[in-house]
Amino acid sequence: MLLVEDLAVEVGDRLILKHIDLEIKPGETHILFGPNGSGKTSLLMAIMGYPNYRITAGRIIFRSVDITHLPIDERAKMGIGMSYQRPPTIHGLKTRQLVQICAKGGDDIEEMAARLNVDKFLDRDVNAGLSGGEIKRSELLQLMAQNPDLLLFDEPESGVDLENIALVGEAIATLLEKEKMPRNTRPMAEAKRDRTKMGLIITHTGFILDYVPADKGYVLYDGVLSCSGNPSEILNWISDCGYEECARCAMKAN
Amino acid sequence: MRDESELIKRATKAIHKKAPFGKDVHLEDFDAATVVHSYLADADLCELPETEQERLLLAGVDPAQEKRGGTYFQKDTAVVHCSMKEEGIEVIPIRQALEHHEWVRDYYWKLVSVDADKYTAAAKLNLHDGYVIRARPGVKSIYPVQACLFIEKEGLQQNVHNIVIAEEDSELHIITGCTTAAHVKTGLHVGVSEFFIKKNAKVSFTMIHNWADDMLVRPRSVAVVEEGGLYLNNYVSMKPVRSMQMYPTTHLLGPNATARYYSIVVSSPGSEHDVGGRVHLSAEGTRAEIVSRVISNGGDIISRGHMIGEVPGVKGHLECRGLLLNGGLIKAIPELEGRVDGVEMSHEAAVGKIAQEEISYLMSRGLNEDEATSTIVRGFLSVDIEGLPDELKGEIDRAIEASDRDVM
Ligand SMILES: Nc1ncnc2c1ncn2[C@@H]1O[C@H](COP(=O)(O)OP(=O)(O)O)[C@@H](O)[C@H]1O
Ligand SMILES: [Mg+2]
Repeated sequence: MLLVEDLAVEVGDRLILKHIDLEIKPGETHILFGPNGSGKTSLLMAIMGYPNYRITAGRIIFRSVDITHLPIDERAKMGIGMSYQRPPTIHGLKTRQLVQICAKGGDDIEEMAARLNVDKFLDRDVNAGLSGGEIKRSELLQLMAQNPDLLLFDEPESGVDLENIALVGEAIATLLEKEKMPRNTRPMAEAKRDRTKMGLIITHTGFILDYVPADKGYVLYDGVLSCSGNPSEILNWISDCGYEECARCAMKAN
Repeated sequence: MRDESELIKRATKAIHKKAPFGKDVHLEDFDAATVVHSYLADADLCELPETEQERLLLAGVDPAQEKRGGTYFQKDTAVVHCSMKEEGIEVIPIRQALEHHEWVRDYYWKLVSVDADKYTAAAKLNLHDGYVIRARPGVKSIYPVQACLFIEKEGLQQNVHNIVIAEEDSELHIITGCTTAAHVKTGLHVGVSEFFIKKNAKVSFTMIHNWADDMLVRPRSVAVVEEGGLYLNNYVSMKPVRSMQMYPTTHLLGPNATARYYSIVVSSPGSEHDVGGRVHLSAEGTRAEIVSRVISNGGDIISRGHMIGEVPGVKGHLECRGLLLNGGLIKAIPELEGRVDGVEMSHEAAVGKIAQEEISYLMSRGLNEDEATSTIVRGFLSVDIEGLPDELKGEIDRAIEASDRDVM
């Protein structure tokens, strides 16, 4: 379980996030909406443990351990993983090598890469000269090799072209153990009970909801979680009224 | 013989001439007298003390001579081993060559000016030895020839002159390892090298430096490449050295000739490197690339590059990346000189620290901070060198791996 309690995060001298409360139970996937600059990426970075996203109040509990001040690699070892919106380029390190690092030697990298349609750039430098969509698929490949228990996705579908969007959606569903099962193979209740992966997905389009059934949605507005509820419902509100409506809620929350 | 007296005359005039780059070395601080060492047969090479063999291996020189097309081994001032293993590839000590082969005179001091500075003058006036390596026309070597310039005597000045000739359509690979015995702290190495790459010939020259803390090193190298020829020059220096200065120069004289330089330098506290490459693109269709990766681990590095485009349509690219790991200084000085319209030359230079974001990114994939840092550094140092035999790629990788621990 991931528990975020009354979290405040500063970047530089600026308070970016305040009073953030979240609870993701094993098997659950939550969706994070919000306008540009509202602090969505910052929240994921703070959960992942980036030191420049300074936690000034509150705490983060993962699997009953207070990880608020743990370094990134220890969080990764505990099973937290992230697919980035804009990951850095690493010259001289091949994508294949990085995926091997993620997989700790196991796994069939070729097969996973083919599935995500990234086999062509396994031998290129990490993120060098990749398009937005290619970067997202490469990120998913790394997560697939890493196989974490809590997965943070930062706009995994943005920049992905139509041809690849289904495989991105399906890959995320697989990672979160939410892929569509052929009917009657197992009782639904059983599949749900065995599910342990937790997900937190940032999306603008909500496209991902077509592939990944989500349990809860939030709107982050100006650093505050201003609204929570059924993700599809929230998405409809946003498309009908825009984020303006959230501003009003945010004011109430403050 | 008139040539010879003329050379001596010019050299004599230059014995005090300072070089334009690098700190001035006082030659009188070093002993350039001959040191006697006995010759080593093939089997003797493998009987060298273990510490010495290790030093050789680190510099890319294999005492067992496996997968080598020939070996030249100079200890201090003496040639202790010289052998060739491939048909059509000659390896001859230069003093012997000058004595017995008149043709060597056609190459000797034809590219490097004998009066360039006091170091070239010293290499003329008190030549210890060096190698002449020649690939006969059409001969394509399978394995690299290895050459080792070894300093065993503390405080020695070692004067070396090398000549490399690749006849038409030949292919020649050379790895030169420069190193000292483990106990040696200081010394001066002067190395003059002249490369003749004839029509459609291909030469790769890989130099691995593994000097000692207080060594001073002054290589002087010039190459000419004729039509369709290729010259690959690779330089790796990962160990401390007091002062190293070189500016190897290539003249692309024939149409479609190509030169590519790659250098990888790590400079530790107390070390000074002033290294660069210069290429004259003097014929139609010539191409040049100069790539360097330098890391300061506390030492000072000046990384130069200079391309001179002399005819329209030539292409060149200069790339210098520097990484500051632990203080120190890196100065990148790329120079592009177009002398006519229609030359196409570009450069990119970047000097900085490792981005924290890159370290964090790898940490989120499970590496700890040290592992993430060394992964990034190794990536930074890895350059894909097209056209280099796997054997030599392996040697470069090994040199980088071996010093990985020191760099961190
Ligand atoms: N590393 C950073 N340095 C400076 N400002 C930042 C940094 N990261 C985020 N910010 C600022 O914090 C705010 C929230 O950014 P971000 O979390 O990226 O929003 P979102 O992902 O919702 O678009 C923005 O105003 C952004 O400019
Ligand atoms: Mg964002």
